Amino acid sequence: MQAAEMNAVRAAESLLALSQQEELVDLPNHSLSASEDEGDSDGERKHQKLLESIGSLDGKKRWKLAERSEACLKVSEFNVCSEGSGEKLLLSDLLEPAKTSSSLAAVKKQLNRVKSKKAVELPLNKEEVERIHREVAFNKTSQTLSKWDPIVLKNRQAEQLVFPLEKEQPNFVPIEHVLSSWKARTPLEQEVFNLLYKNKQPVTDPLLTPLEKASLKAMSLEEAKMRRAELQRARALQSYYEARARREKKIKSKKYHKIVKKGKAKKALKEFEQLQKVNPAAALEELEKIEKARMMERMSLKHQNSGKWAKSKAIMAKYDLEARQAMQEQLAKNKELTQKLQVVSESEGENGAEEEELLVPDAVNEVQMCADGPNPWMLRNCNSDAKGEVQKDPEQPPEPVVQEVSESEDERPGAEEEILLHEFEERRSLRKRSELSQNAEPVGSQETKDSSCQEVLSELKLLTQKLNQKNHQSRKQKVSSVRTVLQVQKEECALEEEEPVLLQRPERVQTLEDLEDLGHEEYSQNKELPRPVMEEEKAEKTSNNQTDAPKEKKKKEQMIDLQNLLTTKSPSVKLLAVPTAVEELEDEEEKHQKQIIKEAFAGDDVIRDFLKEKKEAVKANKPKDVDLTLPGWGEWGGIGLKPSAKKRRRFLIKAPEGPPRKDKNLPNVIISEKRNIHAAAHQVRVLPYPFTHHQQFERTVQTPIGSTWNTQRAFQKLTTPKVVTKPGHIIKPIKAEDVGYCSSSRSDLSVTQSNPKRPSGHHKKQLKKISRD
Amino acid sequence: METVPRPGRGVPPKKDKLQAKRKKPRRYWEEETAPAVAGASPGPPRKKKKKKNLEVRRQKQKNSHNSKKSRISKKSQFRKKSREQKKPGPQRTLSGAQDPFPGPAPVPLEVARKFRRIDKSKELPHSLPKTRSKLEVAEALEEEISVKAARSELLLAEEPGFLEGEDGEDTAKIRQADIVEAVDIASAAKHFDLNLRQFGPYRLNYSRTGRHLAFGGRRGHVAAFDWVTKKLMCEINVMEAVRDIRFLHSEALLAVAQNRWLHIYDNQGIELHCIRRCDRVTRLEFLPFHFLLATASETGFLTYLDVSVGKIVAALNIRAGRLNVMAQNPYNAVIHLGHSNGTVSLWSPSVQEPLAKILCHRGGIQAVAVDCTGTYMATSGLDHQLKVFDLRGTFQPLSARTLPQGAGHLAFSQRGLLAAGMGDVVNIWAGQGKASLPSLEQPYLTHRLAGPVHGLQFCPFEDVLGVGHSGGITSMLVPGASEPNFDGLESNPYRSRKQRQEWEVKALLEKVPAELICLNPRALAEVDVISLEQHKKERVERLGYDPEAKAPFQPKAKQKGRSSTGSLVKRKKKVLAQEHRDKVRQSLEEQQKQKQKQKAKPTGARPSALDRFVR
Repeated sequence: MQAAEMNAVRAAESLLALSQQEELVDLPNHSLSASEDEGDSDGERKHQKLLESIGSLDGKKRWKLAERSEACLKVSEFNVCSEGSGEKLLLSDLLEPAKTSSSLAAVKKQLNRVKSKKAVELPLNKEEVERIHREVAFNKTSQTLSKWDPIVLKNRQAEQLVFPLEKEQPNFVPIEHVLSSWKARTPLEQEVFNLLYKNKQPVTDPLLTPLEKASLKAMSLEEAKMRRAELQRARALQSYYEARARREKKIKSKKYHKIVKKGKAKKALKEFEQLQKVNPAAALEELEKIEKARMMERMSLKHQNSGKWAKSKAIMAKYDLEARQAMQEQLAKNKELTQKLQVVSESEGENGAEEEELLVPDAVNEVQMCADGPNPWMLRNCNSDAKGEVQKDPEQPPEPVVQEVSESEDERPGAEEEILLHEFEERRSLRKRSELSQNAEPVGSQETKDSSCQEVLSELKLLTQKLNQKNHQSRKQKVSSVRTVLQVQKEECALEEEEPVLLQRPERVQTLEDLEDLGHEEYSQNKELPRPVMEEEKAEKTSNNQTDAPKEKKKKEQMIDLQNLLTTKSPSVKLLAVPTAVEELEDEEEKHQKQIIKEAFAGDDVIRDFLKEKKEAVKANKPKDVDLTLPGWGEWGGIGLKPSAKKRRRFLIKAPEGPPRKDKNLPNVIISEKRNIHAAAHQVRVLPYPFTHHQQFERTVQTPIGSTWNTQRAFQKLTTPKVVTKPGHIIKPIKAEDVGYCSSSRSDLSVTQSNPKRPSGHHKKQLKKISRD
Repeated sequence: METVPRPGRGVPPKKDKLQAKRKKPRRYWEEETAPAVAGASPGPPRKKKKKKNLEVRRQKQKNSHNSKKSRISKKSQFRKKSREQKKPGPQRTLSGAQDPFPGPAPVPLEVARKFRRIDKSKELPHSLPKTRSKLEVAEALEEEISVKAARSELLLAEEPGFLEGEDGEDTAKIRQADIVEAVDIASAAKHFDLNLRQFGPYRLNYSRTGRHLAFGGRRGHVAAFDWVTKKLMCEINVMEAVRDIRFLHSEALLAVAQNRWLHIYDNQGIELHCIRRCDRVTRLEFLPFHFLLATASETGFLTYLDVSVGKIVAALNIRAGRLNVMAQNPYNAVIHLGHSNGTVSLWSPSVQEPLAKILCHRGGIQAVAVDCTGTYMATSGLDHQLKVFDLRGTFQPLSARTLPQGAGHLAFSQRGLLAAGMGDVVNIWAGQGKASLPSLEQPYLTHRLAGPVHGLQFCPFEDVLGVGHSGGITSMLVPGASEPNFDGLESNPYRSRKQRQEWEVKALLEKVPAELICLNPRALAEVDVISLEQHKKERVERLGYDPEAKAPFQPKAKQKGRSSTGSLVKRKKKVLAQEHRDKVRQSLEEQQKQKQKQKAKPTGARPSALDRFVR
């Protein structure tokens, strides 16, 4: 601060000093009585100096040195200043005389014109010019040629081309035109035509009967116009509607959609109510839709407390009343959606079931929601959620299935069920009490639509109850014998109690029997333990047996015993006419004869020889291994020494296993695996163009084309030549008119439009270039 | 009057066909009631001729024809109705008359299926659109052609003859005399006996058209004649033992296997050639489409002689001793040889070893015959068994019978009847329908001859079985033995000399090279995969890279700094890893499959904990 003040003071002082000095300097000026001009300039200088001094007030001393240049308005003695010479010196300025003269204006104009013109660029290289020319020419020609593309393609794909190309015949003349020049001559014909005349059938120009003509005229122009306008309007309306729908679809606001959805639901409900009054059948269909929505809801977890929002709300719910309400609302919605709709005409029994359903513990209900249907995955999930991890034994799954099969077999009709029902009721009440203390064990169950809904429900309850009890018990057990019982056993025990029940759930054959079984389980856990294992074994055995038997059979079928094949006694034929030679020895000599034959062939064992031969053939055909061991390399060599097994193994190149022999399973056959090279020489050995796999090509050549295997027509069709030329005709080059194009430029446009192929990328680029040029 | 004589079979059908085609001409001004007339006009009621308790029908041409026609027209009428319901107004003509049978005639599906060649059940590897379009074209063409063939099936107007016993009646009990009595005169004339006791057991051969018969006796008697008209062409004695006799491609040439060499005679008995390279020939077979004469000799050689150029195509050393059992497979021209060690070997001239060797009998093979579809092979051995084998790849016996005496000669007819000559008895077994397995339970016919059988052959296109025996030649009537419809361009029994010459030229032009004989002739229409692979490999080696290999993944350039080198590499790696994963997954799946297979295999006893101590 001080420094600044000091500065300011100093500046002020110097200013004062300057003014004094000026005064001092002024004195001689006045005395000299110089001219006014000079005095002026002097004042100016002073002013400048003052300005400078003010400018240097900020602390730094800035001496702006004026540049020295020539033509300057102000001339100072210190330096050459260029102030005022901002404009450049122009040529016209030099030429301009003091006075403007008209003669020079023309020259000036000329000069201006010359100046305005740009400099002429250098001419391009010859090559470059040529290249550009070529490019343009190519583009043009390719464009003109591209109109032939569809024709070329068509000709390439055509089954047959007949040259000289002819225009396609216009559709053939209707018979009526042909008939017009024809006249009835024979009496029969005349008679026929008489008949025709009588019946007012058209004869000579018989395109339309008068009736038909009248009917054609029926629709007037106005009517047609009206109709067209109507159609137009409908189309426009449709497009508006579409646009609107599209716009609405794009809206991202959740609130908006929520509102829309609600509105829709309300509307639907209203409509449904109306429909119920008016058209019950349609209402039923609607009902089905609602049912479907219910199913969807039950499948999904949308309105349950598993979502992100729901979870967050659940945390908040403790403190926030609103959140709690929102959650409850959602759950209510879920309930609403999942509630089964009651059809009006339903038996009272179902109503009772409904009541029962209300009595069912929540846990059961929950699981019902998520683990409905026999989907094991869902079940697994649910269980793991509720109970924690349940270890899976890989051997377990087949077992319960078997159990169930047996159970389903001894399913009994529900005569006894009535008696037991009472029991169940008691148990349920018991369970209800216990439920409060225990955490509910979810049990998946099947919803039934039968009238036996009640029973199943009661069963369900019982099951849950039992499970809970059992759980309790086992827990106690575990607690009591943690130290003593082996860990493994415990696990087994846990598994044993969990698995079968869990896995049985998807099946609905939960009969009273197995309930009783479960009841037994309560009391005799340990006894139960070995049972499933036994069953498992049994099951395995049976399954093994089942699988074994066909397998063996198959094997038998595969490997026919050669001995059997030849020695099996085939039934002998009773012939009416027995050969005379045989007849003689029929009785006593027959045996003798057979003996002789047997003796004759006893020596040469045909079968053994054949097998030997086959073995040799197989051996000869096998690819041989290559042994690359060098004896004595890296170890001692000599007579009687063999390279070690390890070494031999290392240097043995095993031949790749060839495809299995064709006669592998045919003991009585040797099929040669040798390739018939002579025949192979006639086979196709290169795949033709569009085929990538030999099977594809084989399929196209499977049909014989010779006349031996085909009818005459088929043969002709199969052997039609690709190109046919008519002898004695000149084949002229194709013309645009021939293929339906006119040669004018307009038609060119039409060709490009009709061209189905879009121009390729390369082509497009070229077109662009052309347009730019 | 009941049947038209057989020779007329070739000509009269034309007239019949004409009649069938000539409907009442309908004009467009006719009333609509007319179409109903187009229905069936039932043929004249069948006349049944009963004789004792058996009913014999043979080639009732007219009647059968009529009945067939009526059936067809009924069918078509029925179809028409349904069609019309679908499309009430097909196309109005000038007068308002309608086409009573709009659209193309319906084709029975199962008939068309018979002519299908492409097996669509086989799955093809994924094909490009261009390839797919080609395949579609080929399939459509094949379908169209099969439909055309099915349509033309209608032209095969003849029906085979048959012999039916009344219930409980055994057809085998019907004697030739009964049959001859029941049939018409012309057919009865086809049953005859030639008593030639002087020159020993006879071998015989019918020409391909079935019109001519050549036979040669053991003691040198060789003759050829038109057996229908009984006009003798030539008769000579070659003054040498005759082992076998066979017509070449036409009835003009005759190959005779004589004691030392093979001789060729023309139809006038003039010796044209003596082929000394084929010596001690025991059996002859002629392959008509290849123009090959196959000879089996005592010295153990199978020689193929190309009769069109007179060159020996192949002489194969069979190495199985004396060859005296030979048959040809008409389907693939493979020669079947029977050996004394109970095996039958299959031979082709282009392969030096047997294509297949089948152990058929415990004793030596006595006779072999193959049916004309190449499906069944009948063999009989010294163990007195008669077996029918399946030749379609498996070579397993389908049925077997023990005969009181081994069948020395076997022959298949065109429709699959099997004849066996045992001693002086000929037994014939029949199956159900054409080319089906003959059931060996019940013989269809039996006949006893004057002497032991020495040669057997069914006559093509005639229901006749020719038997050569020591007492001469017998021509038996076997109803339903042969194909009733002949191909006039291929083998026309009624052809003139000019036609024969014309056919000869055409047949020579269509001669099939001998190298093409192989077990599965359809394999020739397949690509030679081995050389294809070889070709590919060579090409890759030559070029230094695989032009058909999938181009390595090149990541696309992306903007906003995501195309940095690092990210490019990352993307590349990602793709590579994905491919690798796919491969691993596939291999794992395969492994699992194998494991499952192994698991499925029976494990002897259930494993116990003590198994680990088992050493």
